[in-house]
Amino acid sequence: MKRKPFVSRQHRRPLVAALLALPLALTACSTDGESEDAFAAEPGALQIYSSQHRDVTQAWAEAFTEKTGIETQVREGQDSSMGHMIVEEGEASPADVFLTENSPAMTVVERADLLAPVDEETQAQVRDGMAPSSGRWTAVAARSTVLVYNTEMISEDELPDSIMDLADPEWAGQWGAAPGGADFQAIMAGMLADRGEEETRAWLEALAENSEVYQNNIATMKAVNAGEVPVGIMYHYYWYRDQAGDKEGSANTQLHYFGQQDPGAFVSLSAGGVLESSDMPDEAQQFLAYVTSPEGQQVLVDSGSMEYAVGAGVESDPALPTLDELDAPPVDPFTLNSDTVMELMTDASIL
Amino acid sequence: MRASSRSRGVAVAATLVAALTVLPLVVVLLDASSAGVEEAVDYLVRPRVGELLANTGLLMGVTVPATVVLGTLAAWLVERTALPWAGLWRTLLLAPLAVPAFVSAYAWVTVAPWLTGFGGAALVTTLAYFPFVFLPVAALLRSLDPAEEEVARSLGLSPTRAVVRTVLPRLRPAISGGALLVALHLLAEYGVLEMMRFQTFTTAIMQRYAVGFSDASGSLLASVLLGLCLLVLTLEVVARGRRRVSRVGAGTQRPATRARLGGWTAPALVMLGTLVGLALVVPVATVLRWLGSAIGDGLVDDLLTVTASTVLLALLGGLAAVVAALPGAWLLNRRRSALTVLLERSTYLASALPGVVVGLALVTLAIDWARPLYQTLALTVLAYAILFLPRAMVALRAGLAAAPPELSEASRSLGLGGPATLVRVVLPLIGPSVLTGFVLVSLAVSTELTATLLLAPTGTDTLALAFWRETSALDYAAAAPYAAVMIVLSVPLTLLLRRQILEER
Repeated sequence: MKRKPFVSRQHRRPLVAALLALPLALTACSTDGESEDAFAAEPGALQIYSSQHRDVTQAWAEAFTEKTGIETQVREGQDSSMGHMIVEEGEASPADVFLTENSPAMTVVERADLLAPVDEETQAQVRDGMAPSSGRWTAVAARSTVLVYNTEMISEDELPDSIMDLADPEWAGQWGAAPGGADFQAIMAGMLADRGEEETRAWLEALAENSEVYQNNIATMKAVNAGEVPVGIMYHYYWYRDQAGDKEGSANTQLHYFGQQDPGAFVSLSAGGVLESSDMPDEAQQFLAYVTSPEGQQVLVDSGSMEYAVGAGVESDPALPTLDELDAPPVDPFTLNSDTVMELMTDASIL
Repeated sequence: MRASSRSRGVAVAATLVAALTVLPLVVVLLDASSAGVEEAVDYLVRPRVGELLANTGLLMGVTVPATVVLGTLAAWLVERTALPWAGLWRTLLLAPLAVPAFVSAYAWVTVAPWLTGFGGAALVTTLAYFPFVFLPVAALLRSLDPAEEEVARSLGLSPTRAVVRTVLPRLRPAISGGALLVALHLLAEYGVLEMMRFQTFTTAIMQRYAVGFSDASGSLLASVLLGLCLLVLTLEVVARGRRRVSRVGAGTQRPATRARLGGWTAPALVMLGTLVGLALVVPVATVLRWLGSAIGDGLVDDLLTVTASTVLLALLGGLAAVVAALPGAWLLNRRRSALTVLLERSTYLASALPGVVVGLALVTLAIDWARPLYQTLALTVLAYAILFLPRAMVALRAGLAAAPPELSEASRSLGLGGPATLVRVVLPLIGPSVLTGFVLVSLAVSTELTATLLLAPTGTDTLALAFWRETSALDYAAAAPYAAVMIVLSVPLTLLLRRQILEER
């Protein structure tokens, strides 16, 4: 069937050689030779597991290295899975520091007894009520729940008074959310703490039935902007970022803050903690101290992430309403129960 | 005596490879069984799982037949008819292989935002996967001796009947092998379906992973997926048939007479043109359009680093998979028995699972039993070998089928030893197939997402990871450079595959 196989083999050789040489050439091209070390954890570098936004984490890590000379290396992940991953790694986790987007992921690690106490000076740097009484972690940033609405489809006085109203039949098919994400699940943990299991369960069932499901906050916002649904649940900062940029995803929208201590006014804390098993505990504590310091919090504000600064006396971006104006529900952020939320969401056939 | 001890060695190697690939499955099943019967039933028997099952089945039911029809028809048009510019069409029809499926989905999402859900999912997967059928069928059609067809014609069969009686039976292994690849890919597809917002078992497993890392519920879903995979593999064994497709000696063969298309020329051109337009032009043009608005500072440095690590991973993964596939493929070709088929099929199982499942299983294994391997390059490459072994296997088997045992036996009877036979007889015959397998696996590795995310050493960034990061943030412009490099990297590999068809003479 294949005649002259030897000839064709010879023909192929240059091609194979070229293919095999490609990575070498590319490696040689990559200017600083970094790629040689790209496949190993850097010895002596502080290992930061982070489910925070990449740009924020990098801004902190770079500023910290510049200030202290301590090298850092970041492993990226998502809130909940990364929290559980650290638990699975247990005592031998390579991580020194863990940064989350929402506090429930940190609570997972805290409950597994894997967190070291945060230095008291560090805890004293953040606003009151922004570090749990256990002293095992601290807030490093905060974000507020909002309702984004398309101003061409709905007027301000037609908006719901409470996030709970979205469960009413009149809102069927009128709202979007991203229930698969950790952000939304944190909001649910807040609702659960504030309103109890029955009400949250009923609301989630309405969500499964009535809402449009999107991949994440940005997709929700863009869908509202494009008029796919009139309103959507999301965190505030995606909108402010887009507004500060080209407004491509938010030009037709405004934000509605529920306030009035509604579950829809839930403020979620991004958390930072040091792993008990860290082999660089001092450097890890230094890092957390830096992140919560006025200087580190200013890095957050200047990064354009539009998240709230939580450092005592540090002003967030002036475009944002202040944290106090949000009138968030009186929920203890340190007892938020993501496990029950998962169960409820599973029961409601969302997960 | 020597021969039997040698084949025993190969059998041991093949068994070891099979055991290694089954290992993640064992972890998944053990983990799932830790849930307990009652909890498992509670979790699995509910509307949500029914919906996932229906969605997965629907997608398979549409995309697999669609790729088989399109792939076979296109291959026949290009290789066996007087289609104008057949050479150009051959290249264009293979070119979609260079566009990763999730890049194609990304393009479609930005071009036609309304095209989500089942329609979008079926369209994009069909366009992305039909070359898996086109490639083996075209290669086989080219190498097929037209004499059989001519004999059938001389015995009074109509042209169509002659094709049905002589050509189609020969194509069966190629078609069913291609369809198998498509089906397995669909079962494990994540990127396209997530972008199209169409939920299947794999997207649900990713969601489960996102909330609970590796809890039992994820493993329960993965177990169902495993069941589906077993079903697909069984169906393929039936579809493939037991006929031998090699023959001894090439004889003196001449190219087949190409069928005249006559009035069908225009429709055929329109069909192929549409196919290429949708599968190739739309994604490439979209990436180029976004690329224009993506040029910024620091981009080139970042792109080079990310590309270098991607290429290295791809080459290592390709090498590992081919080496791992060789014993099994050889054994299957020489000693086809229930046992060897079982060995081969078992290597397919893990590959139907999404990367995240295999990745999590390996994470668990490494943490519990092989701590030094955790988050290392070695474990990452192992995962690639497990995930993409079937790609190497399919290619190697096709090659070995062209190197029938009789040739090796003849060589040995002429006094050559085992290694010399391998080097002088078998390798030259299967060399092209080895390369094909290597290329197919490398292509897959260069776009792998979820296993890389879990297993790669801290600090590793790949094109797929970077692309996915930007796409998830719906920053289509920032994603474009990574998509462009993935496409460019795949082009030489796709050209290599084209050569493969051309050399099937």
